[in-house]
Amino acid sequence: MADVQAPRVDASVKKRFLCVNRKTPYGTIYALEALEVVLISAAFEQDVSLAFLDDGVFQLAKGQSTAGIGMKNFSPTYKALGDYDVRKIYVEKESLDERGLAPADLMEITYEDEAEGFAEKPLIRIVSRAELSEIMAQQDILLNF
Amino acid sequence: MPTLHTVNKSPFERSAFISALNHMRPGDALLMIEDGVVGARKASAFAALLENASQRCAIYVLAPDLAARGMAEKDLVPAAKLVDYGGFVDLVVQHARTQAWL
Repeated sequence: MADVQAPRVDASVKKRFLCVNRKTPYGTIYALEALEVVLISAAFEQDVSLAFLDDGVFQLAKGQSTAGIGMKNFSPTYKALGDYDVRKIYVEKESLDERGLAPADLMEITYEDEAEGFAEKPLIRIVSRAELSEIMAQQDILLNF
Repeated sequence: MPTLHTVNKSPFERSAFISALNHMRPGDALLMIEDGVVGARKASAFAALLENASQRCAIYVLAPDLAARGMAEKDLVPAAKLVDYGGFVDLVVQHARTQAWL
């Protein structure tokens, strides 16, 4: 029987991944799973960005308190994304508007810009629906949650 | 290269279908699968939206999922084209990426 060879992995291949988040954080496991996948992809030095639209915008809401539902509040993890070299978090403006949310209702998520003396800069970019469609069309891989 | 959008939820229950239509760019394709096939029914509340989208995007419906729900091509908006599982694979290959509106 012929030897089965492990697939060769070219570590220099870097793809553009966009993680598309469309669901509220605690009703299903999607939001937590998306976060896990993003952290793993970033650890493999891929170009990872996140998009929040439809009910996914609630994942970034400030002041989440899960004590009463017996689930872990994983929202502080989003603030660590900058340390994993994630530089792009897109939030769709129309989705915020439809839900009566404003950018000020979202958590502050920042990264330290090495090029500028580790100055803290915001990671969240508010984009229009048309801009988000354009961003999606520029990706190699779309991961849906 | 265009994007293939898949929708697997009924538009009568979930917003996935509307979100897909809102984010599709000209030349993209929409493939309706599983419960998503009911959104392609002619004379339904969503028929006009779908016919409108078909001006700029191709619309496909997965035939086995349609048949399983007691429907056939005659029940769909005229713009919808049926594909089998092989056709599904062809669509994936023909597009640069797939956006699954879950």
